[in-house]
Amino acid sequence: MQKQLDLLQGTLDMLILKAVSLGPLHGYGILLRIQQVSKERLEIQQGSLYPALYRLEHQGWIASEWGASENNRKAKFYRLTAAGKRRLQAETDNWNRMADVIAGILGTRPEEV
Amino acid sequence: MTIFSRFRSWLQATLRRSRMESDMRDELHFHIEAYAEDLVRSGVPHQEAIRRAKLEFGAAERVKEECREARGVHFIETLFRDIRYGLRALRKSPGFTAIAVLTLGVGIGANSAIFSVINGVLLKPLPYLHPEELIDLHLTAPGVNFPDADPAPFLYFTYREQGRSFQSVGLYRWNTQSVTGLDEPEEVQCLNVTTEVLPILGVQPTLGRWFSENDAAPGSPQTAVLTYGWWQTHFGADRSVIGRQIIYNGISRQIIGVMPANFSFLDRDAAFILPLQFDRSKEFLGGFDYPGIARLKPGVTIEQASADIARMIPVALHSFPPQPGLTVKEFEDVRLAPKSRYLNQMLIGDVGKTLWVLMGTIGIVLLIACANVANLLLVRAEGRQHELAIRVALGASWFDIARALLIESVALGLLAGALGLAFAYGAVRVLVSIAPSHLPRLHEISIDPAVILFTLGAALLTGILFGMIPVIKYAGPRIQHQLRGGGRAASQSREQHRTRSVLVVAQVALALVLLIGAGLMIRTFQALRKVDPGFDPRDVLTLRIAIPESQAKDPTAVIRLEQGIVEKIRAIPGVTFTGLTTVIPTERAGHDLIYARDKSYERGVPPLRLFKSVSPGLLAAVGNRLIAGREFTWTDTYERRPVAMVSENLARELWQDPQRALGKQIREDLQGPWREVIGVVNDVRDDGVQEKAPTAAYFPLLMNDFEGDAVAVKRSVSYIVRSKRAGSQTLLAAVRQAVWSMNPNLPLANVRTLQEIYDKSLARTSFTLVMLAIAGAMALLIGLVGIYGVISYAVSQRQREIGTRIAVGAQRSDVMKLVLNEGMTLLLIGLGVGVAGSLASTRFLSSLLFGVTATDPVTFAAVILLLALVALAACYLPARQAVRVDPMVALRYE
Repeated sequence: MQKQLDLLQGTLDMLILKAVSLGPLHGYGILLRIQQVSKERLEIQQGSLYPALYRLEHQGWIASEWGASENNRKAKFYRLTAAGKRRLQAETDNWNRMADVIAGILGTRPEEV
Repeated sequence: MTIFSRFRSWLQATLRRSRMESDMRDELHFHIEAYAEDLVRSGVPHQEAIRRAKLEFGAAERVKEECREARGVHFIETLFRDIRYGLRALRKSPGFTAIAVLTLGVGIGANSAIFSVINGVLLKPLPYLHPEELIDLHLTAPGVNFPDADPAPFLYFTYREQGRSFQSVGLYRWNTQSVTGLDEPEEVQCLNVTTEVLPILGVQPTLGRWFSENDAAPGSPQTAVLTYGWWQTHFGADRSVIGRQIIYNGISRQIIGVMPANFSFLDRDAAFILPLQFDRSKEFLGGFDYPGIARLKPGVTIEQASADIARMIPVALHSFPPQPGLTVKEFEDVRLAPKSRYLNQMLIGDVGKTLWVLMGTIGIVLLIACANVANLLLVRAEGRQHELAIRVALGASWFDIARALLIESVALGLLAGALGLAFAYGAVRVLVSIAPSHLPRLHEISIDPAVILFTLGAALLTGILFGMIPVIKYAGPRIQHQLRGGGRAASQSREQHRTRSVLVVAQVALALVLLIGAGLMIRTFQALRKVDPGFDPRDVLTLRIAIPESQAKDPTAVIRLEQGIVEKIRAIPGVTFTGLTTVIPTERAGHDLIYARDKSYERGVPPLRLFKSVSPGLLAAVGNRLIAGREFTWTDTYERRPVAMVSENLARELWQDPQRALGKQIREDLQGPWREVIGVVNDVRDDGVQEKAPTAAYFPLLMNDFEGDAVAVKRSVSYIVRSKRAGSQTLLAAVRQAVWSMNPNLPLANVRTLQEIYDKSLARTSFTLVMLAIAGAMALLIGLVGIYGVISYAVSQRQREIGTRIAVGAQRSDVMKLVLNEGMTLLLIGLGVGVAGSLASTRFLSSLLFGVTATDPVTFAAVILLLALVALAACYLPARQAVRVDPMVALRYE
């Protein structure tokens, strides 16, 4: 198995927003979804997920309500709000531009300078 | 949107904390269980799965804490925790808390009390509609040396017809009327107004209506509006009073309205409001007896209004005939000019200056109190250094420590503010009940929301102010080092000591400033007391009786009645002298011109003089002295002889010598008869004790051709009764009996002793004196405690050193000197700074001073000496303590 990567600073929020944008999820579900989509290549501290969720909810990007889990247990589900959708879009664009720039820099060969 | 949701989540988090906590617990629990179940499904044994799930999740408590923080709960939580902790710390040292709260509470309370006075008197708008548009219409008359003249009916008509800057303009006049037909005859205050005055104020009557033009038309039936108080007391608040008749001064009037309870016109209470009935066709130049009020058109400034008045004065002078005996030229020579002021400025007068001086003074007392509490806090913080150092070591930031310290001092400040508010409430009640007579708008002084806000502000500010000093000293980055020093680090302690010394120096300096202020007021009061007012206020009863035409129509009958009453009163046992006058000493009265026969007046009109009409025997009764000649006799009065007396300063001004005034002739207008000067009376300080005595002329109570009247008789006069029993009820009863034995329909009005009147003329000085003395005494006391505290703390800190010195052979006197030296150094610096501060600040007092300069060396020396002695005593006690240090005990700790 490939070695897991540590999460870059500030990217967890973006990943959470993306995860819940695909449909309402509870906290553990978000964790699973991120790991599944990333093909287990990202290491996420389980505990650090919740402060991030509370922060995002506080900022109004996600909303929560209690519901029943897949095996009928009481669980708190998070979904993306309209503001969260805009935020995710902005962060995604930002990330892609940044990634391009970084990749461009890192891909520079000596003869190109 | 986000702001709203953020606020909502914060609000929920704060208000529904337990709900959120349980939600959070459930959520985390679900996560761990769900993970554990997944592990079990992949083959891990149940127990092991739960263990691993918990382990991988991390410290649940820390996660919760971070979640709380993420939702903004954290700040509030810690704030509450700090407040709880601060209050507990205060509860645990009740002595410190009590002293701090009491010191500050009294300081804040005194400030709130003075502020409530300033608020009520100076800041609150007058209780009328758009008070900022209301102006007072005084005039000046520099041509006759008269700074403050009232308008006259002829000006009123001119303003009304030709004014461009007024919405409306009106005249009014206060007078007294006797009311008969009630249980006892009564004399009451009446406000006479032109029809515009009540609409100008915009205060609607509770019942009935305002005056109409009809009520003001000459010869129309007489009407009256009642004030609320009179309606309550005399008509039992009967709503059917409208339309009823009431009789006073022998005239029947119909009641047409009742004013509301809160109505008062320019601070004076009246029983009735009556319409002035001017006849435009009969008005002439003169009659400057009616104060005026106007409402400006919106946007018109007071300067524009003054310019408008200045334009109209010459027009008015040529639109009306002059008063008989005078010419238009003479009125022009008077040089009338507008002296318009906003109504509130007129009402407040110059009391604002006194009040601001007091506010500053009391503010200084609060500063001194703050310095004291800061000192206490420093000592406390020093004792807590170890605790604070531990908190820093455990990860508290500078901000955390500062917040904890500040919250404690702000809590102290707020507790003190609550106490201060209670104190201010009491002080205001006392102040209003004492009713300093020179203080306008007294009934508007109260603890209202503005005062409460001020108190809250003062409490917070003082809390932060004295709280900052230990914060700066102790919450700084160096605090870590303290842990090693174990609280005994000598160098640090020295620096703390310096801070406290600075505070003591400031206290001494501020206390000196206040005490010098109080000292100057004491000297002023002494100087005023030493001034010979020109009359003798002791043992004199005064009262006023007006004889209406219904009781004595014929002028001679009036004088006969007045003489009869005087003689009846004179016959009362214990009464030594009795006389009548139209002017009670120190109370302003009428002024008019005096022409002397041997002087030329081609270059203009002469200055105005104070006019007094007096009876025989008045001079002895009031304590005046005859400088030359003789006083009036009853025969002079009955025969209406053309005689007069003049004041000594008038005699000297006109003829250089009182003796030479005798036999000279004077008159009050150009057509009246010449009157012979038969006597010269000593100068009387009628404009107030601190003012120069005005020049005055004296006339008999009954005269021919006086001031435009063919027969002039004084119907309303004050009775001056000199008796050792003045002020007693028995004397008053006897006087009333004497009056009513002559005529039972005459009310006695304005019963006072001359001493009361004299004291009232000193009221502003005595009020300022008392307030400054209280402030000074508080400053002295608080400052004293401050010095004592610092010196004795220093001694306790240096016990080991002192013990060592004694052990190696220092004399007790050396030790004493050592401690006293320290105190004296602080004292001397403080006194030096204080003297400089006083020199700079006492000039604010100079307008309140009399007979003493703002830098009076005697006061300065006396106050410095007093403060030095008191401070020495405060140092001596700890010095004695130091001398008693037992070297064995002190050294044992080494």
